[in-house]
Amino acid sequence: MSSNASKAFKNPVVNWIEYRLPIFSFVDNSLGSQYPTPKNLNYFWNFGSLAGITLGIMIVSGIVLAMHYTAHVDHAFDSVERIMRDVNYGWLIRYIHMNGASMFFIVIYIHMFRGLYYGSYHAPREILWMLGVLILLAMMATAFMGYVLPWGQMSFWGATVITNLFSAIPIVGDDIVTLLWGGFSVDNPTLSRFFSLHYLMPFVIVGLVVLHIWALHVHGSNNPIGIDAKTDQDTIGFHPYYTAKDLFGFGAFMTFFMFFVFFAPNFFGEPDNYIEADSLVTPAHIVPEWYFLPFYAILRAFTADFFLYAFTPISWIMSAKLAGVLAMFASILLLLGMPWLDGSKVKSSQFRPLFRMFYWLFFVNCIVLGIVGGKPAEGVWIYIGQATTTYYFAHLLFIVPLISRLERPAAPPDSISAAVTAKAKKVSLDRFNPAEPAMAPGE
Amino acid sequence: MSDTAKPLGDAEIDDKSKRDFLFTTTGTVAAVGAAAAAWPFIHQMNPAADTLALSSTEVDLGPIEEGQSITVVWRGKPVFIRHRTSTEIKSAREDDKKVLPDNETDAERVKNPQWLIMVGVCTHLGCIPLGNKGGENKGEYGGWFCPCHGSHYDTSGRIRRGPAPTNLAIPEYTFVSDTRVKIG
Repeated sequence: MSSNASKAFKNPVVNWIEYRLPIFSFVDNSLGSQYPTPKNLNYFWNFGSLAGITLGIMIVSGIVLAMHYTAHVDHAFDSVERIMRDVNYGWLIRYIHMNGASMFFIVIYIHMFRGLYYGSYHAPREILWMLGVLILLAMMATAFMGYVLPWGQMSFWGATVITNLFSAIPIVGDDIVTLLWGGFSVDNPTLSRFFSLHYLMPFVIVGLVVLHIWALHVHGSNNPIGIDAKTDQDTIGFHPYYTAKDLFGFGAFMTFFMFFVFFAPNFFGEPDNYIEADSLVTPAHIVPEWYFLPFYAILRAFTADFFLYAFTPISWIMSAKLAGVLAMFASILLLLGMPWLDGSKVKSSQFRPLFRMFYWLFFVNCIVLGIVGGKPAEGVWIYIGQATTTYYFAHLLFIVPLISRLERPAAPPDSISAAVTAKAKKVSLDRFNPAEPAMAPGE
Repeated sequence: MSDTAKPLGDAEIDDKSKRDFLFTTTGTVAAVGAAAAAWPFIHQMNPAADTLALSSTEVDLGPIEEGQSITVVWRGKPVFIRHRTSTEIKSAREDDKKVLPDNETDAERVKNPQWLIMVGVCTHLGCIPLGNKGGENKGEYGGWFCPCHGSHYDTSGRIRRGPAPTNLAIPEYTFVSDTRVKIG
């Protein structure tokens, strides 16, 4: 934009700085009045900024916790208990950090399902979407390592089970596990390196977020009807319209977040993690944190008699254990391919009734996978887990590619502005003639 | 090339192959150098010398009655030592003929049939199977049962049912005397 250079601010100090480092126009172009944003965004578009805010809350609370935490197997558990009991407001900061992780995943999962519903991954936003998937992976690694740090029973056994996944890799698997552990079991070297990496990863996420926002600003936000903004009529400045809307969403989100921090701080946690790690006693039922449960269900679905394994070439080349591990990673990595798996010319599900139906089926399927992941692997849960795992992959690999190429979507409106105006007209008509049925053109 | 006004001389063609050679060799040396520089930063994650030094444990078998098991710690992992009963030895040997997920005879898994010594870590994802203490679930084959993902091991510690791919591992051990064993 040529207006950048000539942009004049009222404040002379701002102008002086701007001339040397154009940071004010940079902010204005990124989050301010000069960033044109589709005018029809609904509340699901709040979750991007909520995710950014949550990342900030996690970094601040985490840095403060690190001032009191000791990353040693003899002291880790006690140092966390000391934070809870003795450190001034330590209980508050730890509960913010603990529940913040769950909040972060809630926000991100809504953010991603929003993208899947409105087709936000379509051209030209493929890289934006893929960066988002990478952020999810980085978040998962960070959350997993962070959960190990309090050195409770779930910390220890969660770490043991997850690091052992790598032993499924042929030939070098055991060497990789030893490399990850720095010993022959999860022990002090494992704890201290997890702490180091847990501190590093959020900044890697910040880097990815910068790229994500950069990619976002090249083509701007998608919107509920999924057609690009064409004229100034279609957009409004990010500030003050969406800063205000995001601020309102932020207030609602913080109410939700703080409810858990103050009234149900251990709602998302496992009581077993308040027992110090014991390498000789496995808890009866190891469950990962709730945000990993759907993926855990996919991991466990692959048993020797699972038809997707036993009756396919997969069983000729690898063990069921390796197949489960690969399926778990594939379930996330496949999302990278969404822009190409979905071949529809129309982005938004609003105009794709068949796709929309399967979208909701997929959504429910993910919830069921999460429920299965939290149950012991026995009885009917095994079969539900295998059925939902099958549907998860069938949806991404067959249903989406097929229906996106076969379905004839309804015609979207001509422009964002036209859609908004039509909606406004309908609202005002309904208001003035509430009882009158709409007249068909022929009457 | 042919549409350039001045035709290329032989010297220039030679120069191109020389440049390719230099480019490739320089690139190779740089890649080897980068790998060599990266290695210390990867290898530092492997077990340190003091961790490796915790190599062996000696156990007195005297107090373990027939039908009893104990758990000892070796390299941070539990090792199961079971004084097997004659029925257990018999059933383990009978199952030698069956087709097992990880075929091994009982004789291959013990030095002295009375003493079954193995690493008490489930080969699936590293949980500790139940069955080494009295009253614990021993699974369908009377040996050990892993509660995490439902693997059943028999009286020889062989995997019989469930997701674990291999039998419980046998550590290196030697009998120092009839009643003392050195693990590691």
